Amino acid sequence: MQATTYMKRRRDGRISLNSGNQVQHVMQMTILILTILTIVAFLFFDYTGLNFKKALVETAHNLQAMFLEPALSHFSWSEAFYQVGITLGLAFLATILGAIISFFLALAAAANLSKEWLSKTVRIVLAFVRAVPTVLWVLIFAIAAGLGSEAAVLGMLLHSIAYLVKAFSEAFEEVDKGIIEALRATGASWWHIVVHAILPSTFTYLTSWTFLRFEINFGVAVAMGAAAGAGGIGFELFMASGFYFDLREVGMITYMILLIAIILEVMSTFLKNHYFPETVKN
Amino acid sequence: MNENLVRIKRKNQTVIFIVVLTVFTYLSSVITDFNILHGIATLPEAIVWIFSNLVITEESLERLPTIVEKLIETILMSIAATTTATIFSLILGVMGSKTIGTSKALGVFARFVASLSRNIPVVAWALILLLSFGQNSLTGYLALFVGSVGFLTRSFIEVIDEASQSAVVALRATGATYVQIIGKAVIPECLPQMISWVLFMIETNIRNATLVGILTGTGIGYSFDLYYKTMNYPGVALVTISIVLAVILIELLSNHVRKVIL
Repeated sequence: MQATTYMKRRRDGRISLNSGNQVQHVMQMTILILTILTIVAFLFFDYTGLNFKKALVETAHNLQAMFLEPALSHFSWSEAFYQVGITLGLAFLATILGAIISFFLALAAAANLSKEWLSKTVRIVLAFVRAVPTVLWVLIFAIAAGLGSEAAVLGMLLHSIAYLVKAFSEAFEEVDKGIIEALRATGASWWHIVVHAILPSTFTYLTSWTFLRFEINFGVAVAMGAAAGAGGIGFELFMASGFYFDLREVGMITYMILLIAIILEVMSTFLKNHYFPETVKN
Repeated sequence: MNENLVRIKRKNQTVIFIVVLTVFTYLSSVITDFNILHGIATLPEAIVWIFSNLVITEESLERLPTIVEKLIETILMSIAATTTATIFSLILGVMGSKTIGTSKALGVFARFVASLSRNIPVVAWALILLLSFGQNSLTGYLALFVGSVGFLTRSFIEVIDEASQSAVVALRATGATYVQIIGKAVIPECLPQMISWVLFMIETNIRNATLVGILTGTGIGYSFDLYYKTMNYPGVALVTISIVLAVILIELLSNHVRKVIL
């Protein structure tokens, strides 16, 4: 066959290899648009009261005080551990309750176990839930019902559910069709299928994802303490920097958060490497 | 016989698992003063409150131009933080990669920087930077930037290490320099995955920007905080809805890009 493709050449006569490739085109456009928006952003930033050089020197100085001379001054070590415990507790409650609710919602959202309209409704509702930042949920619940730790757990719970339902329902959808069909042929009810086929074959997955969410929720709980007054070590961090201006204490609290975050990360990396196939990420 | 033993062992494991979780849940509720029954009991009340108070009124719509302006500022801030972080993460990612990294020491350094900036929460960065940079957009930008560097570096290292090595080997055989190998083999191969991560980071940063905004008094987070503290609930509703619309719009856009390039 004769090649009839028209070769696009550049002005200097070289053959242009990329012409007509949509993927290349979209990638180039994305990079171009993001670059332009970045430049626009820097032009439109509000720089009131900023002396860049002075701020930079000051930050370096502050960081030095924080990380090289950490110390506690406004509360004792036992109090510090107690506050870390509160943060871990908030994260744990949001995760465990989220996992239980997500399990049932994921059954409704999985395409192979549920009806199409139901699975679509669940997905759309959760997309909305996810679009509202956690801190707004917590603050809204705090005024809506005048709750303390309940508002924080409830707010964090919503995002945990949105995250876990997506992960769980994908795991359910990957269950071998043959197993479900075989059970259905024996006359097993829907609940039988869930308990004897879906749950055993996805259990390690579900626990690993739940743990990954716990790692995320620890960070969220710190943030909620600082921004929404949910208590715990995050609140102490906010007080130390915003009220006492005690950099050494900020440093100590940061070290404590860092230590726990790294322990959780090591554990979840271990889980990821042992229980997840190559393709699953994030 | 053996099968029965395995079954009993399994059953015991399940029981232990459930007991441990229950104990942890109980301890957590005690330490955080959390009462699940109280929480559930007030839930209907809370929902009624939300639907009766968080309504957009005509009066609040007058504030829309200011809110939109703040929203755009926040979105631009998130994009700028992500794109500039991408440049740094690209360098750190290449350094930290096991397959194309140059030296072990540099690799350890890159991973250490990434881990540090990722695991110190964005809140901490925001509060630290607020002290010296004051209340302006750059504070929020820098806080998001530091967190993004950590996250993107880890993702980039993973992407580079998972990419196929044949192009790199082929180029090395032709005698290409290190920079040429990176530019012509590694980057083109990993670009779609990397763009996907960058888009994901932008989505995350817009949500985080609200949090950082509340703490540092910038962008849409500041508007929310202002209305919230003055108990202007229609204003709160309007800010929330505009954030939701912006986040969903950006998610749809980046999903569209992802569908084409991946």
